[in-house]
This record gives sequence, C-alpha cells and structure tokens, in this order.
Amino acid sequence: MGRNKATLLRKFHQARWDEEIICEMSVPGERGILVPRVEREIEAEVGDGVSMIPEGLRREKPAALPEVNQVRVLRHYLRLSQETMGADMTVDASEGTCTMKYSPKVHEQLVGNPGLRDIHPLQDEDTLQGILEVYFRLEEFLKEISGLDHFSFQPGGGAQGVYANACMVRAWHEARKDENRSEIITTLFSHPCDAASPATAGYKVVTLMPDESGYPDLEAMKAALSERTAGIFITNPEDTGIYNPRIDEFVKAAHEVGALCAYDQANANGILGITRAKEAGFDLCHFNIHKTFSSPHACMGHSTGAVGVAGELGRFLPVPRVTYNGTKYRLEYDRPESIGRVRCFFGNASTILRAYAWILQHGADGLREVAECSVLNNNYLLKKLSEIPGVVIQYAEGKRRLEQVRYSWDKLKQDTGVGTEDVMRRMADFGLQHYWMSHPPWIVPEPFTLEPCESYSKDDLDEYVAVLRQISREAYQDPQLVKNAPHNSVVHRVPSPGIDEPERIAVTWRQYQRKKRADSVKPQS
Amino acid sequence: MKTLGLIVNPVAGMGGRVGLKGSDGPEVLRLARERGATPEAPRRVSQALAAFAGTGDPVQWITCPGEMGEDVCRGVGLAPLVLSSIRGRETTWEDTERAAGLLLERGVDLLLFAGGDGTARNVCTAVGSRLVTLGIPAGVKIHSAVYAVTPRDAGELARRFLQGGLRSVREGEVMDIDEESYRQGVVDARLYGYLRVPVEDRYVQRMKAGGVASEAQALAGMAEEVVDSMQESEVFAIGPGTTTRAIMERLGLPGTLLGVDVVCNRRLVARDVSERELMDLTAGRRVKIVITVIGGQGYILGRGNQQIGPTLLRQVGKQGLLVIATKEKLASLGGRPLLVDTGDEALNRQLSGYLRVITGYEDYAIYKVGHS
Amino acid sequence: MSKDPIVYPYIPNSVPEIKGRMLEEIGAGSTEELYAEIPSHLRFKGQLNLPEPILDEASIKRHVERLLQKNRNCAEYLSFLGAGCAQHYVPAVCDEINNRAEFLTAYVGESYADHGKWQAFFEYASLMGDLLEMDVLSCPLYDGPQAVATSLRMASRITGRTRVLLPESMGEETLSVVRNYLKGGGDSALQVDLIQFDPASGLVDIRDLKARLSDRTAAVVIENPGYLGVIETRAEEISRMVQAHGAELVVYADPISLGVMAPPASYGASFACGDFHPLGMHLLCGGGQGGFIATHDDMRYVAEFKDLMFGLTETVREGEYGFGEVLFERTSYGSREKGKEYTGTTTGLWAITAGVYLALLGPKGMQELGQVIMQKAQYAAKRIAGIPGVDVLFPTPFFKEFVVSFAGTGRSVKQVNQSLLEHRIIGGKDLSGEFPELGQSALYCVTEIMTKEDVDRLVTAVETVVGQG
Repeated sequence: MGRNKATLLRKFHQARWDEEIICEMSVPGERGILVPRVEREIEAEVGDGVSMIPEGLRREKPAALPEVNQVRVLRHYLRLSQETMGADMTVDASEGTCTMKYSPKVHEQLVGNPGLRDIHPLQDEDTLQGILEVYFRLEEFLKEISGLDHFSFQPGGGAQGVYANACMVRAWHEARKDENRSEIITTLFSHPCDAASPATAGYKVVTLMPDESGYPDLEAMKAALSERTAGIFITNPEDTGIYNPRIDEFVKAAHEVGALCAYDQANANGILGITRAKEAGFDLCHFNIHKTFSSPHACMGHSTGAVGVAGELGRFLPVPRVTYNGTKYRLEYDRPESIGRVRCFFGNASTILRAYAWILQHGADGLREVAECSVLNNNYLLKKLSEIPGVVIQYAEGKRRLEQVRYSWDKLKQDTGVGTEDVMRRMADFGLQHYWMSHPPWIVPEPFTLEPCESYSKDDLDEYVAVLRQISREAYQDPQLVKNAPHNSVVHRVPSPGIDEPERIAVTWRQYQRKKRADSVKPQS
Repeated sequence: MKTLGLIVNPVAGMGGRVGLKGSDGPEVLRLARERGATPEAPRRVSQALAAFAGTGDPVQWITCPGEMGEDVCRGVGLAPLVLSSIRGRETTWEDTERAAGLLLERGVDLLLFAGGDGTARNVCTAVGSRLVTLGIPAGVKIHSAVYAVTPRDAGELARRFLQGGLRSVREGEVMDIDEESYRQGVVDARLYGYLRVPVEDRYVQRMKAGGVASEAQALAGMAEEVVDSMQESEVFAIGPGTTTRAIMERLGLPGTLLGVDVVCNRRLVARDVSERELMDLTAGRRVKIVITVIGGQGYILGRGNQQIGPTLLRQVGKQGLLVIATKEKLASLGGRPLLVDTGDEALNRQLSGYLRVITGYEDYAIYKVGHS
Repeated sequence: MSKDPIVYPYIPNSVPEIKGRMLEEIGAGSTEELYAEIPSHLRFKGQLNLPEPILDEASIKRHVERLLQKNRNCAEYLSFLGAGCAQHYVPAVCDEINNRAEFLTAYVGESYADHGKWQAFFEYASLMGDLLEMDVLSCPLYDGPQAVATSLRMASRITGRTRVLLPESMGEETLSVVRNYLKGGGDSALQVDLIQFDPASGLVDIRDLKARLSDRTAAVVIENPGYLGVIETRAEEISRMVQAHGAELVVYADPISLGVMAPPASYGASFACGDFHPLGMHLLCGGGQGGFIATHDDMRYVAEFKDLMFGLTETVREGEYGFGEVLFERTSYGSREKGKEYTGTTTGLWAITAGVYLALLGPKGMQELGQVIMQKAQYAAKRIAGIPGVDVLFPTPFFKEFVVSFAGTGRSVKQVNQSLLEHRIIGGKDLSGEFPELGQSALYCVTEIMTKEDVDRLVTAVETVVGQG
C-alpha cells in the first residue's frame, strides 16, 4: 500500500471522532486537576480568605463549567488536534499569502527552555540580558534585510504592525504641524489591513483598483495623491505574486506631495536578499515575523509584526526600545515622541527567539537560497497547474511570478458548474489543507491563492498538483462528487456556513442551548 | 415545493449572427430569417437547464407552450406545467408580457426568462419588483444588468437560489435601447426600470456572501458622504439609479428612481426633470452632479441619464461630478474603465482620465474613465 | 576557495540536481532568470551583512541555550511580579495540547480540514462564557489592554458618544495602549478622562466619578480587581450611576478570580474584558497574553465585535456538528477599511489553551483556586506588613496583588529589589515611577504556586535587606 506511485494520490481519511462539545461531557463530581492546598498555618492566620469579598461581589453560584476528569479532557483535546490539519501534517502550499513554512522543532525545545518560558517582562534588565541580546541582534538582522534603520518587535501580529506604522505616520505629520493630512492610499491587492489598520488610526482610505493587467495603476496613484495624503500603504509583491516594477515611482510621487510610504513586506519570502524597502525608497515597512522568518502559526497566533523605519522616524517607534551601550542591553522607556504602546510589554519573545535562531541558521547565502527556492517552487507549480483543465492564470501572461500566484477556476466553473469553494472542500478528502481563496472583493473570479514556499520538495509539489488535477477530472466527469465534498474529512458539508441571522448565531454553548430550545439554529434546508 | 417560471423568447438572438443588432419587430425578424438565422434561444436555454439535471431537487416548472418554453423543457427531460392560454408559435412581445403576468399571479419563487433587452423590458412591465427574476442571455443586445454572464451561470444561480444557498437579491437595471438608432450606430439607451435578481457570486465567496447587509451599509455610507458635502445654496442634480436613490432616502425626500431630481439646501427643488428644466434650474448656480454606474458595461453618463446633457456637463466640469459606486461594482468591471458617452467627443475626452469615486463614507477609489 | 553548495535540511530543493530539473521544467536557465520582473535599479546588489551561519542543529541549540542562560528565570528565582503577567501554575495537559504539532502549526484553514481547531475555539468561547455568565465572545484579541481599548470603541459606536472614563489607578502598560488606540477615529477620536482614586483605599473616588460622568459619557471602565490589587467594593453602586447616564459599564476582570468573585455581568457590566494569560499560559517574557471581550446576546453588541466569530451549526448530516462564520462582514477581512477596526493574527493557540485550562479546573477547581490564592496573598500581605518600616498600603480587600510601601525603611524599591536578587528573589513591580504619589511602593503578587515557606523566605530576606540600612 502507500501512496499510489503512478497517480501520487493517497487513500486518505482524516480522523473523525464525532466528538461532543466539552460542555456535554460533564459528569458531576469529576475533577480534571486539583489545586495546591493551603497550609494549615496560613488558614489559621487568615481564615477562609474569601469572606473579605463584600456581599454582591462574591460568586454565589459556581461557574457552570463542565466537570470532566483529566483523562477525558486530554483525550478530547487530542482528538480535536487530530481533527486539525496542521502544516506539519501536510503539504501546505494551500494557504497562499501565509507562508506556511517549516518551523524547526529544535526551536520548540528552545522556547520551552526556562530561560525563556519562565522569565517575566518586568524583571530587572540585568536579569534579562540574554533575551534582550536576542532582540537587539534580531533588530540588526532585520535592518540589514530591509535596509531601514530601526525596528520594534512590539506589535503582536502583522495587522497590529501596520497599525503601529499608521500611528507613526500620524505622529510624524503632527510633529511637523502638518495637520490636514487625512488620507492614506492603498491598493486593492494589498492585504485588507493596509486599509483597515490606518482607518482604525483615523484615516480616510483611498483605494487604487488594479488595471487590466493586474498591476497597480501609477496614473491612478498620481491622481489620488494630494496635500491631504498622509501616506501610502502598499504590498509588493501583491497577493497575486506579481512584483510591481515601478514601485519606486509610486514612492517618488508620494514623497513629492509630502506623504510617507509604508511597505507591507508580508509577502517578502521570495525577495530576501534580492530587493529591499530601502532601494525602493520606503520610509516604513513591516514584516510578519512568524511567516517569513519561521514561527509556527499557532491557530492564528501568537505572532509578531516587526515594524521598521528609516532615519528620523525612529523617534516615534513604540516603547520600550532595546538598546546596547557596549556592555549592557537596556530597555529604554523615556522617549517623549514615541507613539506609546500598541501592545503591553515588548512583544512575543518566543516568536522573536525563533526568528533569531532561524536567520542565524541560514546566514546571507541561506536567506537567498530560501528566496530562490520559494520562487522556483512557485513557478514550477504555476507551470504544472497551467496544464490542468479549468485553471485560468489571470494577468501578467508570460511573466514570472514571485512567491505566490492567485489562480482562477473560472473556466472550470463555466464548463462544469464546479467552483472554487467546491474544489476547496474536496481537497480535504486527499489530506491537503483547504486552500486560501482571496479576500473580498473577488476581482479574480473563482480565485485560489497558493504559496509553495521553500519548505516543500519537488515530490511534495507533484503530489499537490496530482490532487488538483484529480479534482478537475472529477469536476468534468462527476460534478456532484465535488460539490457534495468533503467525503473523507472530519465532518460533512455545512449547507449555509455564513451565519448572519440573529436566531442562528450561537458562538457559545450557552447561546446554542438557548436557541436550540427555540429550535432556530438549525440550518435552513 | 419550489416553483420556477420560464419564459423563452424564441426569436431572441436571431439578428446577431446575421449582423442585425437585434430582432425587435416582425420586419427585422423576417429579414433575419431571410439571411439564414436560426433560433439561438433554445440551445442557450438547454445549457441553463442542465444545471438542474440529476440534482433530484423537486422543483415545479411552469412555462409557456411550444417554443416559448415547453419544447426546451421536454428536451432536457423536465415535465413542466404549461400555461395553456399562451400561444406557442410566432409569438410577440405581448405574449411575453402576458405570460409574465400569469406567472406573477401564480407567485412563482423565481422567474427565468431568456432573451435580450427587449424581453427584460417586457418582464419588467409585467412584474416590476414583485417577483425575483433572472435572465438567461440569449439576445443580441444585452445592456440590462439582469442577465447572468452565461446561460450556464443562469442555471446555476437559479438552482442555488431555489435551494436557499443564495439569498441576496439586488436590483438590476433594465435598459431600453432603441434598436433602430442602434442599427445606425447610435446608442440611445434609456433606463426603463429595475428587476430584482439574485446576486451573481462569481466574485463573491459563497459562504460569506452576506451581501445584503454590507451593500445597504455601503449605500448608506455613500449617501452620508454626499449629504455631508452639500453646501448652502449649491444645487445638486441627483441622477437616476438605486445607488443615487439612497441619497434621497437619507434626505427624506421623495425622489424618482429613473429620473433626475434636483436638490438645494437639502430640499427638493424638482423631480424627474428634463434636460431643459435642469438647465433652467441650474443657470448661474454652483452645481454638483451625482451619478452612478448604470447597466452592466460601466457607463456613468449617456446611458439612462441623458437628461444630464453636454452643455451642463461642460459648465460643471469634472470637479463638479460626484460618482458613487461600491467597490464590488468597480471590481466587477475587471479593470475596464468607467465610460462616458455625452454625445460630444471633445467633452468625452475632457471627462476621461481618473476620477475619485465615492465608495463609502470617507472611503474612495481612484478609477479610470474612458469613452467609447 | 571553492565550496560545495550547502544542502539545507529545511529547503528540500536546495539539492542542485533537483533544482536543475525544476528549472528545466519551467524553461529557465537559472534561478536568477526568475527575478526578471525586478528591475536592476531596485535590486540589492551586495551581500547581506549577517553573521556566518550556524548550520547544524546541535550548535544552534547550544548557542541559543547559552544566550538564555544569561537570563534569570522565575523557576530558579522566587518571583513576586504580576502587573498583568502573573505566574500561575500551568497544568501539564495545557502544555501537552498546545505543543501538539496539529494545533501548533495550523493557521487559517476552513472548518472541514481544521474542524478540531474551530471546535476548540468554540469551546474556549463557551467556557469563558460560563465563567463570565455572558453569551458572546469573539476570537481572542492581542492582550488585555487591546480588549479594554476595543470595548471602549465598541461602546462608543453603540452609544454614539465619544467620552470615556478610566480609572487613574490603571497601569501605565494598559493606559498607554488605550490612549494610543482611542486616538484613532479622526474627528470622532475618543476623549479619555481619568477618574481619580482614593489614596486611602486605592478604590475609584466615587465623588470624582460623579463629577465627571455625564450624558455624553460613552463608557466607564472599572477594574475588578484593580491594577493595584484591590477589589472594587462599590462596583454595584458605580454600575447604577453609569447606567443612570445611559453609558456602558466596562469591567476589566482577572479571569482567574472568577471562581470566587462575582462575574461582572451580575453587577451590571455590559462588557466584561481582560487578559486570559492566567488560564494556562507561561510567562514567556510577556508572550503569553491574550485578550477577551464578552457581552450579552444583543445584536447591538454582537454586531460591533471586530474579530472573527465561529458559530455552531449542523452539517448536511442530521445531528452532525459543523461550524460557520458569524457576521463575517463585520471584520476587516470581509470589508477592509469598513470593517470594525482591524483584525488579524492574534493569539489563537492561547485561547485554545485557556479552554483546556477551564475544562480541567471545572467549577470546583476555579472556586478552590480563587480561595487558595486569596488566602496565600493575605498571608503574605500580613507577614510583610509585620516587617518594621514596611507597610501594606490599602486596608481594602484584595485578590492576589497588594501594594507594599518601603517608605519607612529609607530605602528605594530599586535598592530593595537589587538586594533581593542576591537572595534569589525577584521583588514586586516598582510603582515609584508610575504612581509617585504612592512613594517608594511596589506591587506584590502572590499566587497558588507560592508556599508558606516561600512567603516566609521572602519575609526573612526583606527583613535582612531593609535591616541593612
């Protein structure tokens, strides 16, 4: 047995435990864990401890949590883990824009080291010299990789990093008493946070639509710029994997009206050591540390959005900053022009530690190898997928893409009625993670976005292609098979998975129980 | 059981293959037949109906006799209920209207019709916004935004709408193009009305197609943006369309859907004005013109809003034009520019270039404008 | 010197022959050709100035371990630091689950392949809902401060008002995040006003609150327990005042206190928020934080959450649980800048862990835990107060933290803490910069992991340290 050597397909079935919700498992009296007892002397000294809580603020009725023994809790969550397709389990070229690269296991051992796991962010600097050195040295690395001058690792994710950048843009103009800059400009193929985070910081958003070839339109950019423009927030390469070769002209035009330029480097995996924010003229940038520099994505976090700035902008970075005076690493809080904090303490140290170790294992040559192999993998996958019936490659025909491609099943949909969501569900039947389609609005119809980063071998990609080819074949021969997928996954198709009706909304078990009694949460048939 | 009405305009599309830009009227039809045209519609309708084949969903089909629906249904193995009071041969637009009226009486869950702009207009006359409808593209001229992109798409959309997987409905423009001048190379397009059609989701993730709520929100946002910008004694000409209607709703004024209304100081000055009246009302005043995309091809001027004429446009200039449209609408143009057709080449060129489109409250897109 | 190309274990296709075959397949002569779209003037020309790589696993492990050895950690030292990141016991099952590769390396997959992840999120929200006696939680936020900030923006959107009141006694760490976050919103930026605290009790000054509260107030935040440790004993009275003005009451709560303390909803909070770090996360130098916001099942509130929500529903198979996304278009993923604030990758794995923690503890565990913490903290406070020159500042009931003044010892907190390090003790957080009005004071935190012996050791050490004066 084993994978079919000719078709590269597996007879796969994901774990299906048909597991109850933990709230349904309660057996009155069971305990999952016992808590430390209080010593008799303490009790004698202070009594029961809780009667000092005033009436009305004391909990009268224990929380309605389930009572479950430890064995069952463990088994339950192990089963749920088995019902989750982690990137370690599969060829995760699926989640395009997310850079699902391998996170070395040795890093997990390092994160479990008491020297990281058990340190408190408010400890005296003298007792944090090791981790502060890691912060400082990683900052040096990223300065080199981006060409910018200062970095902060405080933001807890990419979107928060963009938010910090928007705050710095705001602070910069405020410091210059340039108060009428109320707009930022972004492109539709930039990540939604390039619009949403500045909007949260108070900016109006002007969006550039792609031109017919899928590129951001420089003339539109020029038409959008004015003395009201505070900054531009732009991804490059965009989510299509297309590199904007005129990016420096966008920057130049923005600078001419006095705006700042923030480079979203969430898609940087294919350009490490190849091209940088500095050469394109940017004032700010951010990296998704967990993506490009390898941290497990942890079911959507913890993570780090590293923000980098050029020159003068350094004084606006969040506090504290990690500094080094030649003998000692310090946390510097006294920076009057800082935007303050966007997150408590100084970031997710475990992500920082992993990124530090990962970069150090590669060096300059290795980072370039990462970039080249991710682009090689992507163009290989592009070639193979272009041969599958039903796949459409939109935009930039004949051009090389960088680390990812936004593909389209538009032809498959028109030929067979099977659309991208149907294909996506069917992938689970072959042991692949569902692919990422696209953020709305969909400009590429029936989209899917793949990013086969450097962690995947040629054989991995061949298997991946084989699965998509098989699903395409099925769509042409037996569309219902694909439309009714998944068949071999944890659960079956959810008929109406967009839940917008108040009577169907059940985000907790309490809410579900109440609405179930009213019999309204069932899907509509 | 869900009910689905079907009306086929059997002669739709016959002019196209023989270079006749339409098939309205018995004379043109005769000419088309002489040139060797054969009916296009049945083939296209079968493509649409294929979506229902083998699904096993119980749907009651109700259709007209013969070539107006029955034949093609039977051809794909469906057993429809047939409206016997309609003729099945050599039908005219009156048959389409009558059939649509009968299906309205029966209260079908969805009315599918195959044809072009003329057919859409007949359906619109008969049912207005009282039924959810959807066009299977079979005609030569399709300027109305009530047709699916392909016949197969129409079938898919219809099937999913009946199954309940799609619940969003939008109002699509029904355009009325004068065929005679169209044949002469002049597009005289009027906005005839609106039909309610299920939202096409080639560009929308199905599981996340809340659609209705966010569209309403975006409309309210755009309206707020425009109303906030209104300055004292400035005259606003509010063009036709459901998008611009949101402005009148926000102001609490009884506007018209298909006409141009004039507002000043947040009060209604005149409803449904002609080009002439508009010129008189705006003479010597500061003027803003609010327009939106009308029809499926991206026109913002010259389709359905000809009351806003070249003379006024020249006076007001590009800076006096407020274009409002959702980002989804712009995205659906696939990178093609917005279009202006004022009837004046120099003016068209002047209005071309890049425009700031209002896409929500304090939310804008920069978009290219071209001319045909 | 020519060197063989390195084959990197994390880069399978760095094997030259394989690379060659793939290039051939795509019709390129070299990887360099793949960068044809990047014009020369935008290319980085040199070699990145990075250290020589440490290529093998054994050496990188040793290198990093040596760096980490330079840190002093709270496993070898006895630590009394809390201030938003307290050291609680982490059940082994919590570590077992969040180290599972399936959870650790999953990301944004849909609910079929990642059904288990969605269920674990749903259970996190459910168990937090049980603890808080509220129905609605979204996916987690970055941290507690973010949860306060977003609660306030939600409250502002709901009420249409722009003024918010926060306690002056709130920690700088939180206030700084909130101030930054409320500055956004352009013309409708939220105005932050601080309510004074009563220096005698450490509690919100009710008279000051009354003076500042008006019909333009969108929301009032109280912490319970407060940053300075005290239990806000007049929370019900505050709640009535806030409601009388049509404002929202936002309560920032320590979730681990809720086995013994009443859930904020019971005294009228419309928002309960906080940081779930205590529920099963390690210190991780501040990397174990995670924010939560809970409200009642009222669409005016539900529609204002900014992060993803996963709802329980059924699949096409009768009775089979499936999940869907709730009101997706609220989020910036769905509506870009028109979404409610921004969302993104936050702290999913920690939320799952918090769920595991609550499942293990159960109602009885949470109750006993709260009690034990309070007993130990009270014992520690009592013993510390007995040290000559050292005082515990507020006579108010507290949960796990309390303010210790060293004013009477003539020594600064900094000096005390420096000396305590020599005893392998990490003292409480120095408040002298943050709250100069409290003099040389420190915030001490005592949790269930402390023993009587630990507390006694602290007391002996402090006695020695302050006696040295």
